Amino acid sequence: MPEIIKKLEMRKITKKFPGVLACNNIDIHINSGEIVALLGENGAGKTTLMNVLFGLYQPEHGEIFLNEKKVVINSPRKAFAYGIGMVHQHFMLVPNLTVLENIALGFTSNKIFKLELNKVRTKIDEVSKEYGLSVNPDAYIWQLSVGEQQRVELIKVLCLGANLLILDEPTAALTPQETDELIGLLKIMAKKDRSIIFISHKLNEVKAVSDRVCVLRNGSLVYEGTTPEHSVSTLAEKMAGREISMPTLKEKSHATSPILEIKNVFAKGSMGTMALDGFTLTVNRGEIVGIAGVSGNGQKELADVINGINHIESGQILLNDEDITNKAPQKIINKGMGYIPEDRMHEGTIPSFSVKENIIMKDYNHPPLSKNTFLQNKIIENYSSELINNFDIKCPDNKTSCASLSGGNVQKVILARELSRKPKMLIASYPIRGLDIGAAEYVHEQLLEARSENIGVLLISEELDELLDICDRIAVIYEGKTLDILDRDIDTKSKLGLLMAGIKDEKKVI
Amino acid sequence: MVLNFIIGIISAGIPLAAPLLLASLGEMFNQRAGVFNLGVEGIMLMGAFVGFLVVLTIGSPVLGFLAAILVGAVMGLLMAVVTVKFKAKQGISGIGLFMLGWGLSGTLFRVYVGGITSIEGIRTFSFPLLGKIPIIGEIFFQNNILVYITFLLVPISWYVLNKTAWGLKVRAVGTNPQAADTLGIKVERIRFQCIILGSMMAGLAGAYLTIAQTHIFADNITAGRGFIAVALVYFGKWKPAGIMWGTLLFSLAHALQRSIQVYGINFPYEIAVIIPYLLVIVVLALSYKSQLLGPAALGKPFIRGSRE
Amino acid sequence: MKKKLYNETIYRLLIIVVAVLSALIVGAILLLIAKANPLKAYYVMFTEPLSGKFGLTEILVRAAPLMLVGLGIAIAFRSGIINIGGEGQIMIGAIFGTFIALTFPNLPTYILLPFVFIASFIGGAIWGGIAGWMKAYLSVNEILSTIMLNYIAFQVYMFLIRGPLIDPQEVSYGTGVPQTALLSKNAWLVRIIPASRLHAGIIVAVILAILVYIFLWKTTIGYRLRAAGAEAKAAKYIGVNVKNYLVLAMLLSGGFAGMAGAIEVCGVHHRALESISAGYGFSGIVVALFGGLHPLGIIPASAVFGLLIVGADMMQRSVTVPASIILAIQGLIILAIVSSQIFFSNIALKEKIMIKLKLMKSGDKDGS
Repeated sequence: MPEIIKKLEMRKITKKFPGVLACNNIDIHINSGEIVALLGENGAGKTTLMNVLFGLYQPEHGEIFLNEKKVVINSPRKAFAYGIGMVHQHFMLVPNLTVLENIALGFTSNKIFKLELNKVRTKIDEVSKEYGLSVNPDAYIWQLSVGEQQRVELIKVLCLGANLLILDEPTAALTPQETDELIGLLKIMAKKDRSIIFISHKLNEVKAVSDRVCVLRNGSLVYEGTTPEHSVSTLAEKMAGREISMPTLKEKSHATSPILEIKNVFAKGSMGTMALDGFTLTVNRGEIVGIAGVSGNGQKELADVINGINHIESGQILLNDEDITNKAPQKIINKGMGYIPEDRMHEGTIPSFSVKENIIMKDYNHPPLSKNTFLQNKIIENYSSELINNFDIKCPDNKTSCASLSGGNVQKVILARELSRKPKMLIASYPIRGLDIGAAEYVHEQLLEARSENIGVLLISEELDELLDICDRIAVIYEGKTLDILDRDIDTKSKLGLLMAGIKDEKKVI
Repeated sequence: MVLNFIIGIISAGIPLAAPLLLASLGEMFNQRAGVFNLGVEGIMLMGAFVGFLVVLTIGSPVLGFLAAILVGAVMGLLMAVVTVKFKAKQGISGIGLFMLGWGLSGTLFRVYVGGITSIEGIRTFSFPLLGKIPIIGEIFFQNNILVYITFLLVPISWYVLNKTAWGLKVRAVGTNPQAADTLGIKVERIRFQCIILGSMMAGLAGAYLTIAQTHIFADNITAGRGFIAVALVYFGKWKPAGIMWGTLLFSLAHALQRSIQVYGINFPYEIAVIIPYLLVIVVLALSYKSQLLGPAALGKPFIRGSRE
Repeated sequence: MKKKLYNETIYRLLIIVVAVLSALIVGAILLLIAKANPLKAYYVMFTEPLSGKFGLTEILVRAAPLMLVGLGIAIAFRSGIINIGGEGQIMIGAIFGTFIALTFPNLPTYILLPFVFIASFIGGAIWGGIAGWMKAYLSVNEILSTIMLNYIAFQVYMFLIRGPLIDPQEVSYGTGVPQTALLSKNAWLVRIIPASRLHAGIIVAVILAILVYIFLWKTTIGYRLRAAGAEAKAAKYIGVNVKNYLVLAMLLSGGFAGMAGAIEVCGVHHRALESISAGYGFSGIVVALFGGLHPLGIIPASAVFGLLIVGADMMQRSVTVPASIILAIQGLIILAIVSSQIFFSNIALKEKIMIKLKLMKSGDKDGS
């Protein structure tokens, strides 16, 4: 077992990537039994800094001190040897191996033949007893839910002897209930003298769990202090470096004429099971309807079937009173459907294509952009330059490939393309995921603008704050069904949390 | 007559299966670690030639096999550098390696040997008592030593893959290399090991063709066996036993096709030769659903911290 | 800005030169193993074809089929599918074309030749299309299926020219060389330089290269093909039927290789014979990659590899190295080119090298 970490310091850490200074001269420290939150927007350098501590990246400058002794951590194996473990945002588990094998993998690094599964099994037993983390060691990872997989991740790093746990956005895919359980668990661990670094951009959680908070912005440490001193809004300001004014819905919508009607839709997901299980929803003109839910409850399939990318088994989808059920995507696009897909890099755009070619993705086939199958280069040139201007897309020129743009600018390319076509209806899947606050603000402004132009908007998201900011109504999707539809209200948020966990009647929980 | 015909096919089919099985098991290790090595054909050709040349000049089949394994390792190293270090596209890299092995073996054959020459090589080995059992003896106990070794490799491969630490690492690296990396496993090193191991087996498979089977070398002597071996990995669903059944199916078809010629059944030679290749296509078409079961990271180079 | 573009171009050229040089250095070792003096061998290979009318015309004779096969492979690559089946597609194309030419020997040239080319295109397209269809609808790995189709095509082709389509003279003389009868002169491509084998096929190939460029980059069908190849998910999102476009790409790709068969039949041999494909199906892959998978890059690339192939033949005579070494060297060039891609795609690596070469200052940002 590695020695207990009384104090760990990272001093003057600098890490560069091409064109980006990911970490700039950062000093942070943590003591045993402490929970430190590392707070910052996307791209602020949180994950990079922790990957340096975990030995995945080598910094250009800077040193790490463990219990006042200088250490060099140049591989995850070294990190584990010093008692540092990390739970990554995307779980690092091998799906077709069992829980036991996944954990045993951590003990194999120097071995060729010997695979001591029984020793590892005992270890798992010990750890799960100590923290009350139950798991079936012989289950395959792919059989487990997201929450269970996270438990496996925690057991894994604990089995490997971690005294210092780094958790990168650990609650991103958890239900509110699972999140609460995790926070409770982390506090127990801290009481047992383990130290925890908690990376997040969710301020409420940071507030609830941490003793101390370090705020990173653009690769630099901009603030450090004890958590109780601050309110959520002051933390948000420190994170963004300015006052935040995310656009919110001002007046109520009086829209009543339906633009999109989804009636009792059943559709299969990629695993062959019914991902949409009798889903029903209506969106009116000039209204933003949110779809709340933990991801994997049919959101992806819903967006796909509305846009004709996948077929439904039964049910009906109407756009502007026209039946678009199982129509070809091209036809649905032409009838006035706009779609901002979840995967903006590989579905919403073609990364190797130029900005120009990406902007015309949905209209290249119509005059004036093409005539008799020939693309009209001059017109395309002007059209794309105009949109680049109007939507303030930052790129050297319209021939730059989309692969070299930032996430925010890629999203602007998609918005420009979708909104300039004047759709009747717009589906937006997780439109601000992974964007910095400035870009997120822009996306929300555009969605509200679309609403005021009488476009119906369906907003799929996991972020309750996003939904509460700009939606007129919020539908909760659970296991492919509409569990409930809530009007935007003061107590909506607490209700949403339970609904997302599939609990419709509060009495049932108690 | 009919019984003799069938026994003939089976007893001819089993030794024919050995080179396919060797190459296919080797490719399985490649693919389980996430690397698609299409260069097997080229490696087999080089192994076939080098093994042949050593036996021709020195006369020792053992040295011939060792030389073939060595040349396989060198070509595997090249493939590993290209696909793992330089992270090149694996499919097209394999074709490059194939052309290299094909062109080089043909050239060196012309330079060092010149024309068709036959070698002694190794002959079949009959088990003292068992070999005398009618039918069963003929089918199972009258083969050359390498056939037995090859079939023994099936359970050994299974054990290595499923019951050893190294095998666990291979399986992890082929499915989720990022996860393996965060546990301190050297992804690239494991992939190098697997490619080189697989290539050594391919080199040996090539030498089997010249030293144990045909006793001659000719340009392009493998005639697509390397590619068939790759296809059989899909057919066998990346499992040693499945691959073994696949190779037996193929070698029996091959033996059948030969018997048709030997027995002088009136059937165009060219059409008979087509059968195994057609079979590959059919097999690939039928096993298309099993691709979902394949190693998830197959064909994808590993880049640490590839920022999305 | 201009300076930056200039430096980028220098970097790009440098990487390609280094890649090809490393392939040639390894090739030199192979030549040593093959008991040849590498310097002398390379000297003959690269200079002798350029030293006279015979060599120069022969380069272009080889360049014509290479260009067509390379174009086909580039179309497939751009659509996300790897076509290794050039050899088989050439043979099937050749036999289709030969069949038409032998069946209608008296049609005037201006009707017969297009007819032969169309038939060859269809033959190659069928052969490529099979692999495309199986890739799209049965997820059969196209590399494996096209290779298998090569072996099958070879046997079918040999069966036909040894059996049903064999030259009656070969039968009556009892020599039995597997080849078809000589085509009527109406099916011959005109020789454009007297006393050489250089025929009009090279002009046809260059025109087709330009047409392919226009097709891929200036038409909506080309846009969809490239979209399907670059990012299938995004192509589906905008309503492209990706499967059908995969099949279309393989039809075109096979068709171009098939026309290479027609060019060999009508331009060079005037009959279908055993070694019709002459390895062009594989060399075409190198040509396509070396030409950056771009039709206008493939035109010069096919001349370069025409030079190499003619040079290898000359080397065989004067340095006595079997010409088959060129296949190995082409394999090495493929490995070198695909390996060099990392120097473009890994931006950190690229920056590091550019700074070392003083093509860039350390503060500059790359790309956007």
